[in-house]
Parts: sequence; C-alpha cells; structure tokens
Amino acid sequence: MFRKFIRLSFLLSVVLLAFSAASIAASGEDEDKTSFIMHHIKDSHEWHFATLGHTHITLPLPVIVYSGDRGFEFFSSSSFVDSETHHFGVEHEGYYIDENDKLQAVDESRSFIDVSITKNVAMLFLVIGVTLYLMLGASSHYKKHPNRAPKGIASFVEPIVVFVRDEIALPNIGPKYKKFTPYLLSLFFFIWIGNLLGLLPGAANLTGNIAVTVTLAMITFFVTNFNGNREYWKHVVATPGVPLPLLLIIVPVEIIGLFTKPFALTVRLFVAITAGHIVILSFIGLIFVFESYAVGVASTLMVVFINLIELLVATIQAYVFTLFSAMYIGGAVAEHGHDH
Amino acid sequence: MDLISPDLGLIIWQTIGFAILFFLLAKFAWKPILAALEERDGAIEASLNEAEKAKMEMANLVAENEKLLQEARVERDEILKSANEYAAKLMEEAKGEAASAGAKMIEEAKAVIETEKQAALMDVKIQVAEMSLLIAEKLMRKNLSSEPAQKKLVEEFVKDIKLN
Repeated sequence: MFRKFIRLSFLLSVVLLAFSAASIAASGEDEDKTSFIMHHIKDSHEWHFATLGHTHITLPLPVIVYSGDRGFEFFSSSSFVDSETHHFGVEHEGYYIDENDKLQAVDESRSFIDVSITKNVAMLFLVIGVTLYLMLGASSHYKKHPNRAPKGIASFVEPIVVFVRDEIALPNIGPKYKKFTPYLLSLFFFIWIGNLLGLLPGAANLTGNIAVTVTLAMITFFVTNFNGNREYWKHVVATPGVPLPLLLIIVPVEIIGLFTKPFALTVRLFVAITAGHIVILSFIGLIFVFESYAVGVASTLMVVFINLIELLVATIQAYVFTLFSAMYIGGAVAEHGHDH
Repeated sequence: MDLISPDLGLIIWQTIGFAILFFLLAKFAWKPILAALEERDGAIEASLNEAEKAKMEMANLVAENEKLLQEARVERDEILKSANEYAAKLMEEAKGEAASAGAKMIEEAKAVIETEKQAALMDVKIQVAEMSLLIAEKLMRKNLSSEPAQKKLVEEFVKDIKLN
C-alpha cells in the first residue's frame, strides 16, 4: 500500500511538475515563482499547457468581441502575443490584452463585450462534451436493453441517478420531485465532472470560476422563484402570524433571503474548488521557492494527499450544490400544512 | 481577469452551454433513463408482490393439504371405529342368534324325541296289548287241556316275545 502510494506520488509529481509549474522554474524572482498559481486559477485567452525550456506549448483560442459600432469581430489570441516575450501585449485591430489577461480597447471610450472562447469556455465545452458522451452512452443502454441490469457506463451512472432522485430530489422537494429531477441531475453531473476534470493537470479551473458558479446559482434562483407557489410568496411579502410592526423588519429580511441563497451557492462552490487548487499549487510552488529535494519529496506527498481530498471535495461540492438547490426549490413548491 | 468579479463573456457562454446541456440531457438522457428506472422498479415490485402472493398461496395450499389430511385421518378413525362397532355388534347378534337357534333346535329335537318316544311307547303298548290279546286267545284255546301244557305255552309265548 505504502509502496503504491510512493509510486503514485512520484508519477503524479512528474506529471504535475511537467505541466503546471515548469514555466516558473527558470525565473528568478520569488514572486514570479508563485505567480503561476493565480495564473492557473484565473481565466485566460490562451490555453497554456507547458513550458519546456524556452518553448511554450500553448493552444491559442479564438477572441470574439461584440461592440455596438463594429458588430462581431473574430481574432486568434496568438495575434495579441509578443513573439519575443511570449506574453500578451501586442495591439491588434484596436484591441490589446492587458497584464491581467483582460481584453481592452485602445480607444478607451469604446464599449464592447468580450465573448471570447477563453480557456474556461473551452473547458466548458469539454465538460459538456464529456458529460453528454457519458450520459447519452448510458441512456443508449436503456433503449437497447429495457428492464435489464445496467452494464458499462450505465452501471456507473445509474446509482448516481438513483441517488440524486431518491436522496436529493424526493426528500427535499416532495411529491413534485419529478419535474425538477432532470435539472438536479444535470446540475450534479455538470458540477461533478467539471470539478473532476478541473483536477487534471493543465486543465482549467472551470467550476472554481465565480462567473460559472454565479450562473448556476442564478439558474437555481430562477427555477426556485418561477415555481414558487402562493404560500411561498405569502411567506416572503407578508409572513403569516407576524404582527404588523415586525413585518417591517421581517419582509426586508425575507427579500434579502431570496438573494442570499444563490449568493451562498455561488461562493461555496467557487471557494471550495478554487481553494483546493490554490493549496495544491502552493505545495508545488514550495518546491521552487526552497529549491530543495527534501521539500520536493514532502511537497509531492502532500500534493498527492490533497489531490485525493480534492477528489472527495469535487463530489461533496457537487452534492451540496445540488442538495441546496433541491432544498430551495422544495421550499418554494411545498404545500405547507402547518404554521411557522 | 479578476478572481472575484464574474466575467460577462463567461456568464454568457455558461448560460448558453448549460442550457444546451440541460435540454440535450433532459431529452435524450434523463427521460429514457428515469423512465427505464421507473419501469424496472415497477417490474421488480410487481414480481416481488407476485412472489409474495405465490408464497402465500403455497402456504395456504400446504395448510389446506394438512387440513384435508387431518380430516381424512379423523374420517378414517371414525370409519374404523364404526366398522369395529358394527362388527362387534354383528358378532354379538350372530352369537345370540346362534345360541337361540341352537336352543330352539335342541328344543325341537327334544320335542321330536318326546313325540317319537310317546309314539314308540304307544306302539309298544299297542303291541303288548295285541300280544296279550293273542296270548289270551291262545291260552283260551289251549287252556283247558292241562296245567303243564299251559305253562309250556306261556313260556313259549314269552320266548316268542323275547325274540321279538
């Protein structure tokens, strides 16, 4: 067991060092040695895989800009890269990408929307592709062999589907759970597969990006409030059984409560995933800060350990996000037979 | 791009991407999978119920068999008992009948014997009377000749009677 663990950690360390962090090995400043951490967890207009010596293995991604005066414009992110420094900064068609990897217009008075296929958008497509591949593969089994025990992908997917249906949707939503089960299943698998793929070396930090988590939380927010019944809204705007003076306090709190729910969802997923990535990358960063073999071995062991924990966190966070979504929806559609 | 300020482009892509993912999954994955699961749950429940029913039926059948067997046993015992009783009664009756028949037969035999005896006696009496008459007659005839002759005659008759 221990020997296996050592071997695994060695293998992982080689992979991680090769892909995630090698770019800063050559640089001198301490700040530079850890800058790759923030670079990894943020979005980017190019997908940087590895640096071998002075060769950067990078996938240039399409830059798509929409502006009122010029409509849609398409560029390759490689057009913005300085051929000598291998960094962004070159001006192209009136735009440049600044040091924070954000697209800016040279003419500062112009307003535009950057809808580029960034690293995270590319990752999003990858996650969607993997999810669709797995789930459609699983569903084809049921079409081919109805009423048979699951096999292959289906046997992997089925227990999770049953879990989401019977342990998340049914107890929290109640009799109307069937309407919301597909949404909860999609949510669970998207977040889970996103979390797991995000752990791969060189992958983007999709589910740890606040734009992604806020979007998912807002979808839950809309699903909850569009399906809220009279009872639910009565509770929000005129909580029953509360004297009038208190309503002046309660109602604003209830209305704020509507928005704290998606906010909590947003922050929880974002923080859990991003923090995990930062911890792993920090342990790798230690190796380059101390430049010592002993630290290297210790850090690698820790990285493997944290990676295993992250596998757990990936699942727990997907579960928690789905569970809370189900609870919010359940609260909005429940038929209250009792007074609060 | 800042860490905690959501990027509008990514929000747009995420909304579109997740919407597409949701509709594709809902239509082509969750619908058939959930339907198949529900169907299978139903099938499993139905077969379990059926098995339970079959078990109950089996138990009923066994109980019924046992009951039938019990009844058959009781009936057999009853039949045996009544047969024994009947046989005993029959034997009793037969015995009584045989006894009475024997007694009757003995009675009849006795009566016949009595009758026969009476008849024989009557016969003997008649014969004796006849013989007496005969002797008397002969005596009467020879009587007058002599005393010895009479004696002799009587002896002869008596001899004759003995021979008879």
